[in-house]
Amino acid sequence: MIEFKDVSKTFSLGKRDVHAVKNVSLSISKGEIFGIIGFSGAGKSTLLRLVNMLERPTSGTIFIQDIDVSKLSSKDLRTRRRNIGMIFQNFNLFNSRTVAGNIAYPLKLAGTPKREINKRVKELLNFVGLADKEKDFPDQLSGGQKQRVGIARALATSPDILICDEATSALDPDTTADILKLLKKVNRDLGITILLITHEMHVIQSICDKVAVMEDGEVIEDGNVFETFTDPQHETTQRFIHSVQSDLPSKQILKEWRSSGGGKLYRVIFKGDATNDPVLSTITKKHDVDFNIVYGAVRELQEKLFGNLIVSFTGDASAVQNVLNELNTIVELEEVIENEG
Amino acid sequence: MKVDWTTFWPRIVEATGETLTMVIATLIFGSIIGISFGLLLFVTRENNILENKLLFQILNVFINIIRPIPFIIFMVAISELTRLVVGTTIGTVAAIFPMTIVASFTIARVVENNLVSIDPGVIEAAQAMGASPLRIIFTILIPEALGPLILGLTFVSVSLIDFSAVAGTVGGGGLGHIAMTYGYQRFDGSVMLVTVIILIVMVQLAQWIGNTLSKKIMRR
Ligand SMILES: Nc1ncnc2c1ncn2[C@@H]1O[C@H](COP(=O)(O)OP(=O)(O)OP(=O)(O)O)[C@@H](O)[C@H]1O
Ligand SMILES: [Mg+2]
Repeated sequence: MIEFKDVSKTFSLGKRDVHAVKNVSLSISKGEIFGIIGFSGAGKSTLLRLVNMLERPTSGTIFIQDIDVSKLSSKDLRTRRRNIGMIFQNFNLFNSRTVAGNIAYPLKLAGTPKREINKRVKELLNFVGLADKEKDFPDQLSGGQKQRVGIARALATSPDILICDEATSALDPDTTADILKLLKKVNRDLGITILLITHEMHVIQSICDKVAVMEDGEVIEDGNVFETFTDPQHETTQRFIHSVQSDLPSKQILKEWRSSGGGKLYRVIFKGDATNDPVLSTITKKHDVDFNIVYGAVRELQEKLFGNLIVSFTGDASAVQNVLNELNTIVELEEVIENEG
Repeated sequence: MKVDWTTFWPRIVEATGETLTMVIATLIFGSIIGISFGLLLFVTRENNILENKLLFQILNVFINIIRPIPFIIFMVAISELTRLVVGTTIGTVAAIFPMTIVASFTIARVVENNLVSIDPGVIEAAQAMGASPLRIIFTILIPEALGPLILGLTFVSVSLIDFSAVAGTVGGGGLGHIAMTYGYQRFDGSVMLVTVIILIVMVQLAQWIGNTLSKKIMRR
């Protein structure tokens, strides 16, 4: 659906060059919700704006539905853009137009007949749950309502792709959840491929199928959300994951644990099926060892379970070793080292 | 020598008409030229929808040269050009010419300033939907800036009333001419008073129309 091939974008600011996007190759398939996460200045917005050519690549090519968009004439590009809806962090609604006027605008650009426009606007207002706000002006709406109008407007010309630049970053947690739900509905019910960028891991966690992590203009890691979450390769990715789920108790608590004579701590990671069986209790019982879950959680990611527990074992030293060996064959296990946390 | 008010009233009415003609005609021509220049100035800016460094610089420098010149000096300075275009340097029509030039450049700046305050994200949203630059100018830039633009034009028309009086003193006719010849040179305080009152009423009226219109557009 969307394919970046070795794409770079450099801005020249006087003498200084800013390499906003560096040699990015990514492939986004039809029907996916693909999230790009990165800290501020990582180049996410620039990468996203390359999709609808608001920014032109310095090198590399971008294929959208097998068409090299960097080669399109400006007229063809304008037509292509109707197939790529875009929503923004600050909504970017037209203040001089009503809600209905905002949603009708892209349809007018496309030359849709007036009667059809009216029908489509009503349809979209119902879809985003704003049927009663038709005649309001943007400044009369809340943030969440504004973003709903933004989404309706982006969907007006029935695009195949929706790109979202930090669509929920200006919203409170409840409203964010509502908008994410709506985006999921856009993806599920309308089959629209969504490419979103964010700096919030929970956005990725709650709606994305695939994720790419960006740092300094480069994609440093990408893949399935479940795999990336449960087995992050890169330090930045780990930092993002810790932002939504700390996998260790605080330094303070660890210190207290150790000073009160607590034994060695182990991190036990369960993925998918392993979460269904009572592995810990079965194995410890077998070797006559006690276990104590000091910290941890089991959570759902892309409809699969993922557990991360910090456990201590008490019993005969060789029995504990046997437990560890056996556990290691079923789940991921590692010792929590002294200065972690 | 005092004027005879029974015969002088028609002169006042005529002069008021001349002043209104100068101001309204200038406002119309000045708006057409000024809004075009202002839009051009804005869209040719760096990173804007029709970026064009050369055109921007030419317009920008031109405006910066003309605008600081005091109107009375400007009017006299271009009198030869006025004669060439209008055929005379005396009368209402001859005054409209320099007034239009100055008004155009002032309005161009007012328009540019109002456009700059539009959130660039809004323009980008229109671009992302596939709107052409011309389409953006007429369906986004102008409607989005219209409220403050009308306030800006109101401000300009108030200064045009001022310019018309200046023009009047150097052969332009209108209330400025009356005030000058009867009020100033013949020391008739009553003429002065009447013209001043008419000018105040005009300014108030212009301000009221502008405020009402812009309020209606901005719905606040
Ligand atoms: N038009 C531009 N001109 C010059 N430099 C730019 C431009 N746009 C972006 N940059 C630079 O490119 C880099 C990446 O910017 P970008 O906006 O893509 O980051 P981001 O990941 O979206 O950050 P944020 O989370 O803050 O929005 C930054 O260093 C930024 O200053
Ligand atoms: Mg950004």
